[in-house]
Amino acid sequence: MIDTERIWVIDMNANQKRLLRIVVGAAVFIVALFIPFSNDIVRLAVFLLAFAVVGIDVIWKAVRNLFQGHLFDENFLMSIATIGAFVIGEYPEGVAVMLFYQIGELFQSYAVDKSRRSIADLMDIRPDYAQVLRDGELIKVEPDEVEIGETIVVTAGERIPLDAEVIEGASTLDTAALTGESCPKEVQPGDVLLSGCINLTGKLTARVTKEFGESTVNTILDLVENASSRKAKSENFITKFARYYTPAVVILAAALAVIPPLVTGGSFSEWVYRALTFLVVSCPCALVISIPLSFFGGLGGASRSGVLIKGSNYLETLAKAEIVVFDKTGTLTKGVFAVQDVRPNGITSDELIELAAYAESYSNHPISLSLKEAYGKKIDQQRISSAEEIAGHGVIAMVDGRKIIAGNPKMMERFSISAADNSHQSGTVVYVAEDGVYRGSIVIADQIKADAAEAIAKLRRAHVKQIVMLTGDAKAIGEQVAKKLSLDQVYTELLPADKVEKVEELFKQKSAKGKLLFVGDGINDAPVLAMADLGVAMGALGSDAAIEAADIVLMTDEPSKLYTAIQISKKTRRIVRQNIVFALAVKLFVLLFSAVGLVSMWAAVFADVGVSVLAVLNAVRLIWRKK
Amino acid sequence: MKKSFKLVGLDCANCAAKIETAVQKITGVQTATVSFMTTKMTIEAEREDMPAIVEQAKAVVKKLEPDVEMVKA
Repeated sequence: MIDTERIWVIDMNANQKRLLRIVVGAAVFIVALFIPFSNDIVRLAVFLLAFAVVGIDVIWKAVRNLFQGHLFDENFLMSIATIGAFVIGEYPEGVAVMLFYQIGELFQSYAVDKSRRSIADLMDIRPDYAQVLRDGELIKVEPDEVEIGETIVVTAGERIPLDAEVIEGASTLDTAALTGESCPKEVQPGDVLLSGCINLTGKLTARVTKEFGESTVNTILDLVENASSRKAKSENFITKFARYYTPAVVILAAALAVIPPLVTGGSFSEWVYRALTFLVVSCPCALVISIPLSFFGGLGGASRSGVLIKGSNYLETLAKAEIVVFDKTGTLTKGVFAVQDVRPNGITSDELIELAAYAESYSNHPISLSLKEAYGKKIDQQRISSAEEIAGHGVIAMVDGRKIIAGNPKMMERFSISAADNSHQSGTVVYVAEDGVYRGSIVIADQIKADAAEAIAKLRRAHVKQIVMLTGDAKAIGEQVAKKLSLDQVYTELLPADKVEKVEELFKQKSAKGKLLFVGDGINDAPVLAMADLGVAMGALGSDAAIEAADIVLMTDEPSKLYTAIQISKKTRRIVRQNIVFALAVKLFVLLFSAVGLVSMWAAVFADVGVSVLAVLNAVRLIWRKK
Repeated sequence: MKKSFKLVGLDCANCAAKIETAVQKITGVQTATVSFMTTKMTIEAEREDMPAIVEQAKAVVKKLEPDVEMVKA
């Protein structure tokens, strides 16, 4: 395992030393400014002293890098600018430029350090140890030393070290670290424990199901760590820009120092001064630091909200979502069947459900399971004397000596029972008759998720132009869900291969810049996830296949998280754009006005450092974003 | 294959960009990225080229930023 402290955090000592030098140097500088020197040599000596205190490390690096052949190194350019100022007699300028430059560097270093720390804290879900039962003894080991099948014990307050299955004990878990949700989750024997969660109340004994490397917590950490390696287009643009910017400015500066005085016969020192001002703004620092910082902050903020984005590039393009294609089951609907509508005939709803639950109690079909669930009480087997299933039709059962018939319309026809027609309902309809008398019908259907409608409405507000649903389910069911959620289009009765075809069709409908998102539960839809511009897997907690196939992973099964992710993406893009425009505008302004002699070196360094500081602060807004 | 390294002591964004560009130029490197924020460098290359590339990358890092050390992640 990596020593995170050492790697994530810049040596604070370096910054402290720098701060000390800045303070001492600044003190000498200020004193020097107010002393009316009579002797110029003494004056030069005092200013040189201040300069040396403030900038010795920059000069040293410049000399060292020069020997390595780095002509456009920022330390070198800064040294030239400041020493140049001394040469033409502008001592205070020389010191001031170095002083501000150092203050800017210190600030940047501090901000980056802070951001790294806060992201590291955010990602501080790595378990430190595992308590494993070996030879009847409980010992503490590193999580990666535990093998599959071993028994671990997690007491209240501890973090679950590896993915495991509860053998003994019951407790509640805090899953916030993984899902961003603070609602605790109950677990009991047989339930899955995901590493990274915190055990809140009871003691749990569990059998390890995955090695640490494969466990949820490690998968997530890897993913977040690697996300910033997949760079966004604007990051690459800045890197490229930086490569040309510095040499271009240096060449312009050289030209400015030499050509105008030769042509116009003006004073060299005046033009050299202007050229040195160019060098002051020759570092593209504000951009190269704030852009990656913004993306990093966006990725961190997203993962804190339970959205894992696998790369800065995806974070960048997410804002351009134009068509969002949802899979139905497990994405917009819960994928769990439940009683949705009860239409009794001459008895109460509860009585109807009771009849149906008893009649179907011998079956393990999802329909009968949801009936039993709706009934809620224990089935008393004594009351049932016989039960017979007629395949494709339904069941006949003797309950309390009465003949209960439950099934589809064909079943009712078979026993010549006239039932009310409820076939227009979406979902499966179970008709029930008692001793030949029709007692009513029960509709069982997949349920729409609580936040699905809200999610769709929010996506529209985020300027998603088309929202489409694909499903393998029957037309009636699919269309009803689509209508309830007011989706633009729905395609039903699709086989997995048809889904790929539909997505291909949808691709043709989008504009050149817009992106197509596919949102699925990661099961059976890997081809479509891979095909879409952005594949979003949802409720993917603990499902490796889904995490593998998708570009964006919603840790909870709420579709509204997609909107959260799009918002973060938009905010990141906005900040990145602000920083690029602002930094370039200020640099250009300084270059233009210093060329004509309207900007002093003081003002130039002030503007340059100011831009860096503001750009960094702007980027940092993403990290300290409220939940 | 892909290999990741930590660049310990990487504290300037411009240096990260410079290292990235330089490592990309090493023969045999398919892709190379340096993430300034996580101080992580990822190199992708053929397995047989990797040892030589890693040596060269270390030299490049040393040359560009003597204070930065490239270690195995």
